[in-house]
Amino acid sequence: MKSTTALWTFLFVAGLLALVARGVVTGAGSRYVRAVEVKSAAGEVQWTRYESVPPKALGEPGVTVSRPRTLGLWISALLTLATFSLLYGDNIWFKLAQSLVVGVAAGFAVVTGFWTMIVPNLFAKLAPDAARNTFVPGLEPGTSSDWWSLIPLLLCAMMLWRLSPRGGWISRWPLAFFIGLTAGLQLVSIFKADFVDQISGTMLPLVVLKDSGIDVWKSIRNVLIVGSVLSVLVYFLFSVEHKGLVGRVARLGIGVLMITFGASFGMTVMGRISLLAARLQFLFDDWLWMIDPLGTRTVL
Amino acid sequence: MTLAQFSRLDRRWVFLAMLLAVAVPMLARLRFPESPSSRIRDVFYAIEKLPAGSRVLIALDYDPASEGELGPMSAAFVRHCCEKRLKMYFITLWDRGPPIIAKQTQLIRREYPQFRYGEDYVDFGFRAGERGVIKNVMSNLRADISGDYLGTSLEELPLTKNLKSFAEMDLLICVGSGSPGPQEWIQYAAAQYDLPMLCGSPGVQAPQLYPYLPKPLVGILAAIKGAAEYEQQLLLGYPQLREREDAQEGLRRMGPQLVAHVLVVLLIAAGNFAFWAERRQRPRAAGTATSTGAEAGTA
Repeated sequence: MKSTTALWTFLFVAGLLALVARGVVTGAGSRYVRAVEVKSAAGEVQWTRYESVPPKALGEPGVTVSRPRTLGLWISALLTLATFSLLYGDNIWFKLAQSLVVGVAAGFAVVTGFWTMIVPNLFAKLAPDAARNTFVPGLEPGTSSDWWSLIPLLLCAMMLWRLSPRGGWISRWPLAFFIGLTAGLQLVSIFKADFVDQISGTMLPLVVLKDSGIDVWKSIRNVLIVGSVLSVLVYFLFSVEHKGLVGRVARLGIGVLMITFGASFGMTVMGRISLLAARLQFLFDDWLWMIDPLGTRTVL
Repeated sequence: MTLAQFSRLDRRWVFLAMLLAVAVPMLARLRFPESPSSRIRDVFYAIEKLPAGSRVLIALDYDPASEGELGPMSAAFVRHCCEKRLKMYFITLWDRGPPIIAKQTQLIRREYPQFRYGEDYVDFGFRAGERGVIKNVMSNLRADISGDYLGTSLEELPLTKNLKSFAEMDLLICVGSGSPGPQEWIQYAAAQYDLPMLCGSPGVQAPQLYPYLPKPLVGILAAIKGAAEYEQQLLLGYPQLREREDAQEGLRRMGPQLVAHVLVVLLIAAGNFAFWAERRQRPRAAGTATSTGAEAGTA
């Protein structure tokens, strides 16, 4: 092991032990829950639900420390730090966090897709009685089988044919169907929102009148909108050489594009800082109890 | 520090500076006043003008990765709808979206205990199919949805019993951070059915959505700044929310934002100055080298 790796591992473990000791002594980094009994209409207890409560509720009836949620909090805090560690340099902790995120997200998507797509949209439609007795108890009684659902089942099977060593071309048919369907849907929808509405939104009066004369600011705004759109369109007009008047208008178009990209960059920076602030707030508030913006406990 | 040293500055110092720029104002609880812009007031009054009992579809199309930016605006939208006593229908087209909806329904249960599930709000959970779902639910709700997120039949819920499609909504609100998200709801729902729509968007996506204003999009909350201004407008309209610290999440986040933005501006200015100064030095050095070479050639 390299000396720098040993040093960082030692610092990491020492820091972790210090945080655990702080948590044990002060309670920082703990999650609390209250047991709530869920009753049926007849008043019988069906099951118990555990609701998160703020630390200041400790001492109230039914409020206890939740070990699974506390463990979850610590894991998420340590994974946050592991992710931040990439900023210092590539390391095994970042790779571990990255792999965990990718793996958990993929697993979650598969499970969610199965229970929200395959079960209700295929299984429940082909075999409603069996579905009601097993996975979908809320399904209305008397629902008959929808045999049209065999078509998507067939398309799915054809799509998976790609995995077969022979007859891979079969998967192209469902793919062609989906591409054609999506293109048709997109064309109709986008035509209204991204074409017709955009054109009508640019057809503005360059001089806006009001009761007492001209509304100067609205007029300037409209001139800017129309002028910007036209100049950017001229910039993308490549069949005419960008010289003389066309060149000057095209340069104005470049300026408009630059302003747009600048605004986009500024907004992106704002977004990234928001995400950083949210993670730091999680670390300082939920985990370390260094701040308490919501007044849920005493700041340590 | 010389110019050369500055140009070769290890970028990890920049990361450290950014960490401090965000962390210190947060620990010091730095806050700045916000005043709602006209665009934010458009969003506020789009909800405010609805009579009590109006139907609002709230699509929360993002995952925990965007919660830091979009969470405050979702909560602000939900609080406003609750204060106006509107009927809320939650849905998400993202498989990681259900916990996001759960957070907002928990908010309703915690802050507005008089609201009843099924009568005042309903959660349809995640619906797979992206654009196809929007297309279906706007024309025939039952073509895609047979029950709420728990599987309770639409016929058993007072809010959905007589609902035929989402085209019957009075307002559509979409808080989303990608695809499917606000753009798809605009293209397949708002524009097609002339449904008034508001949206909340992360900063990186907002410039793509501005062209949809004022039609079919009525208003937009862009990034945490939009959320903070909207929260301020809510505090002005509903002074009882001033006592609730969790109704001011966006406003609290603007302190670190401002300091971090000042740092970014300073870094951009310093970087440009260094580049400019280096470029001024370069021709002289090049010029000196050329003349020396010419002299040597002559010799």
